[in-house]
Amino acid sequence: MVQEHRSSRRNFLNYILGFGFLGWIISVLYPIIRYIIPPKIPEAKVKSVKVGKVGDFNPGTGTIFKFGNKPGILIRLETGEFRAFSAVCTHLDCTVQYREDMKAIWCACHNGVYDLNGRNISGPPPRPLEAFRVIVRGDEIYVSKEG
Amino acid sequence: MAKFGERLFNWFDERYKIRGFIEFMSHKSVPQHRHSIWYYFGGVSLFLFIIQVVTGILLLLYYRVGEDSSYESVQFIVSKVKFGWLIRSIHSWSANLMILAVFIHMFSVYFTKAYRKPRELTWVTGFLLLILSLTFGFSGYLLPWNELAFFATKVGTEIIGSIPVIGKELLIIVRGGEDVTGATLSRFFGLHVAILPGIFTVILFIHLLFVQIQGMSEPPEWEKLPPEKRKYIPFFPNFLLRDLLLWLIILNILAVLAVFFPWDLGKKADPFAPAPAGIKPEWYFLFMYQTLKLLPPKVLFIEGEFFGVLIFTVAGILWMLVPFWDVKTEKGYRNRLINYIGLFVLIYMITMTILGYALS
Ligand code: FES
Repeated sequence: MVQEHRSSRRNFLNYILGFGFLGWIISVLYPIIRYIIPPKIPEAKVKSVKVGKVGDFNPGTGTIFKFGNKPGILIRLETGEFRAFSAVCTHLDCTVQYREDMKAIWCACHNGVYDLNGRNISGPPPRPLEAFRVIVRGDEIYVSKEG
Repeated sequence: MAKFGERLFNWFDERYKIRGFIEFMSHKSVPQHRHSIWYYFGGVSLFLFIIQVVTGILLLLYYRVGEDSSYESVQFIVSKVKFGWLIRSIHSWSANLMILAVFIHMFSVYFTKAYRKPRELTWVTGFLLLILSLTFGFSGYLLPWNELAFFATKVGTEIIGSIPVIGKELLIIVRGGEDVTGATLSRFFGLHVAILPGIFTVILFIHLLFVQIQGMSEPPEWEKLPPEKRKYIPFFPNFLLRDLLLWLIILNILAVLAVFFPWDLGKKADPFAPAPAGIKPEWYFLFMYQTLKLLPPKVLFIEGEFFGVLIFTVAGILWMLVPFWDVKTEKGYRNRLINYIGLFVLIYMITMTILGYALS
């Protein structure tokens, strides 16, 4: 009887110690883990940016511009028409470029190709590029996010 | 003079009992057979690691981490600081040679089955050191903040994002934000110069301690040889001297490489420039990179990248645990399967690496 009593008391103590230790570990790890997750910096949602003047862009060229903190690409087709897309490759985040020789948007990282409507036509990219709206006001070009 | 030496020795021995240690070292011996050449690659890896530590500390004297200073400070090191180009070049070359030596060391241990009981944990710690070395390489690659490294890091870390559920959060932790920015640079810097060296040193110490306690492994064929047929050479001074000679040769190779093929710094990273052609990770990641490239976007409902990551993780874990599943076959011979698996892995890695170079 006494023996049993003792061992159950010992078990009880072990539990208490075990839980205490666990609690201790958590109270050490929790702040550290929260610390290494960077805080969200509220960034002003960019809706539209001014990219430049119509005359700055020659037909048949592509230019990278800043859209918030991500790159966008403005393409002036041979016809003179403007198109804009996000320049972030939908595959693994590289920045795409306009290839005059291919008449297409090309990503150097894994040879991904998009047509001039931003559709992924070859290589690994899984989705089309996000399209932006181009507004020409006078001779100024504005690019804005659709919707 | 001799008296003084003796007194010094006695002084230490009285306090730290070093006589036993000297005794132990003087009896230590290394098996001598036709595969003994492989014994040296562990030592070579160690030597190159020491070079990394020394040159790394030297680089730290001038390197300043930051989006506006990393590239500039490395440029300063290689153009203004006397012998700066040499130190940096050696650091880069030695990093690459170290990874190579570690791989050779690993495969030679694998094929000679030196990981068998009782050396299971030496193998496991060795594998951890390999993973840490690769992480060293990956984090160090970004530090000069040049174009190539910037996009390689973008791609390399983006793969983490393909892990379901926790991927996004993990990606933010690794990058220090959603994108590869100065925050990523700071994180990689901390990892490269503080966290990794700390963990690496501890595991390396354990690894070497295991080797010292158990001595060098003997090849399986020796089990059948009568004891008088087994040849040994003393560790001290014979093996150690050969080791030192080899280290000297390696140092010379390093110097030649560093002087005649100085490491290029390239163009500064610009987050608003298109990725340049020829983006490739370092050669030791190329086989994984090439595999990911060949995978279709979707494998059985799983995203291609994640599928690749999954395969490599599982394969890595199995590889690490090989001492525990390599069992004797009924006839008592060592499992042949192990050799075939090893050969397959080796050939796969080499083919994919060559493909990675050829296809770009
Ligand atoms: S990141 Fe663009 S093709 Fe892979």
